[in-house]
Amino acid sequence: MTAERSTSLDTSRQSRIAPGLERMADWPWWLIVAILIGLVVLFQIVTNQRMSVIFGAIAAGIGVTIRVTLSAYSIAVIIGLFVGLARVSSNKVILNIASFYVEVVRGVPILVLLMYIAFVIVPLLVTGINGFGHRLGAETGLGAVLAKVSTRNISNELRVIIGLGIAYGAFESEIFRAGIQSIEKGQMEAARALGMGYVQAMRYVILPQAIRSVLPALGNDFIAMLKDSSLVSILGVEDITQLTKLYAASTFLFFQSYSLLAFIYLTMTLLLSRGVRTLESRLSAHRR
Amino acid sequence: MNMQSDNSSSAPEAAPPTGMIVIRNLVKKFHGIQAVAGVSFTVGAGRVVVIIGPSGSGKSTVLRCINHLETPTSGEIWVDGIKLTHNSKDINAVRAEVGMVFQQFNLFPHLTVLGNIILAQKIVRKRGEQEARRVAHEQLERVGIPEKAGAYPGQLSGGQQQRVAIARALAMNPKIMLFDEPTSALDPEMIKEVLDVMLKLAKEGMTMVVVSHEMGFARNAADAIIFMDRGLIVERESPANFFQNPHEERTRQFLSQILH
Repeated sequence: MTAERSTSLDTSRQSRIAPGLERMADWPWWLIVAILIGLVVLFQIVTNQRMSVIFGAIAAGIGVTIRVTLSAYSIAVIIGLFVGLARVSSNKVILNIASFYVEVVRGVPILVLLMYIAFVIVPLLVTGINGFGHRLGAETGLGAVLAKVSTRNISNELRVIIGLGIAYGAFESEIFRAGIQSIEKGQMEAARALGMGYVQAMRYVILPQAIRSVLPALGNDFIAMLKDSSLVSILGVEDITQLTKLYAASTFLFFQSYSLLAFIYLTMTLLLSRGVRTLESRLSAHRR
Repeated sequence: MNMQSDNSSSAPEAAPPTGMIVIRNLVKKFHGIQAVAGVSFTVGAGRVVVIIGPSGSGKSTVLRCINHLETPTSGEIWVDGIKLTHNSKDINAVRAEVGMVFQQFNLFPHLTVLGNIILAQKIVRKRGEQEARRVAHEQLERVGIPEKAGAYPGQLSGGQQQRVAIARALAMNPKIMLFDEPTSALDPEMIKEVLDVMLKLAKEGMTMVVVSHEMGFARNAADAIIFMDRGLIVERESPANFFQNPHEERTRQFLSQILH
């Protein structure tokens, strides 16, 4: 009976589209078009004098973009892990501090947060450090160093890394929290029943499962972070966006410059999202 | 040493009551609703006690209070002479001596069968890798599935998973084993393989408290059957008396419902 049903299903499909065509319809056409456009742009960069000059002018920013993204993302994941753990804590003080951080940071636009951290929090911290240095005694070694720290010592790149890290830390913490809460209650009970403490049970039983289940979401946020790293141009950090902005403004080659910029971002994000997809399917294949 | 003397009227700490498990006036409330309403019983060393009763009678809650998976609202519990307090060090010490088997197995799906059995040995019992592996293989032999050491829980049948869960608990060399409806989530043809392992354990002299509806097991393995209803013990009997001439009307009612 099941065989009968499946054949009838097949014929109904065949009647709609021929089998070869049907397979072609499933091709990722968008990707093929994107690759074709990409090849054209690539060809232009290599052969067209003007395009290769533009590329040369902004290529230095690729390293900055990647460096900012990787550093800020590392900070975000570490913050996210600990805040995520705090958000499932039974300790109300820890829980409330973590919730305050998450809700405040998620409620402010990242651009505003970046400026706030760069121009308000960092100077405040520096004042604090100076004060601490003076209390230690401005003559002695460490005290002297701390007392002399100036806001200018902290580069804009470092500020935006801290800013992006804090902003994304709130998002990552929600991912970790959801991952931890998705693990059945029985897992924690079984670990505790075997005599493990709460921290041991988290470390050896809950987190290994939770992290595995949130890896795709973390990967997606890495891509989002790469894109949002373009916001750092607002503070003059010379990433690809900032260099493109400067180059286009001085040469009036807006079309070529910004097309190239978009092309570079797209290349990076598409490659990364392919990677995340592969990771996802590999993880789901190993499951259960 | 740091135990509170909150039981001022009863015997001093120096003389804990005898019995592997001693429970006195156990009460557990969930959000004001009494799940256990004052239960007292003792389980001697090497004894097997089966707790039965309708759902919601508090039998699982009593079991889960014995290793503090649920914190009692009031009452006293001694396990092997150690009084359970809120001190988490005491609780972890007691838990290492009390093995627990769950209805849903609760194996760790990211670890192999072997990994499941050696994890707690290493981090709680502080055993080396070699010794932990040796013990794990011994226990797998004991529950009859030595060939599954390298498999992941998801690759095993329910009955096999439950036997691994028993092996995992036994590897800690517990003095007491608690079973919380160990066969309720199993397909009928897998129940026997788990009950056989439990029967073997009972015959080897393990102290066991079993919450179960397996009347065959209760008849064959139990030293005593406790029948609970609405958070209270209705009666405690030897299996023979329990099945042949129960005293309480409520027990007779329950038995007529499940024995058909």
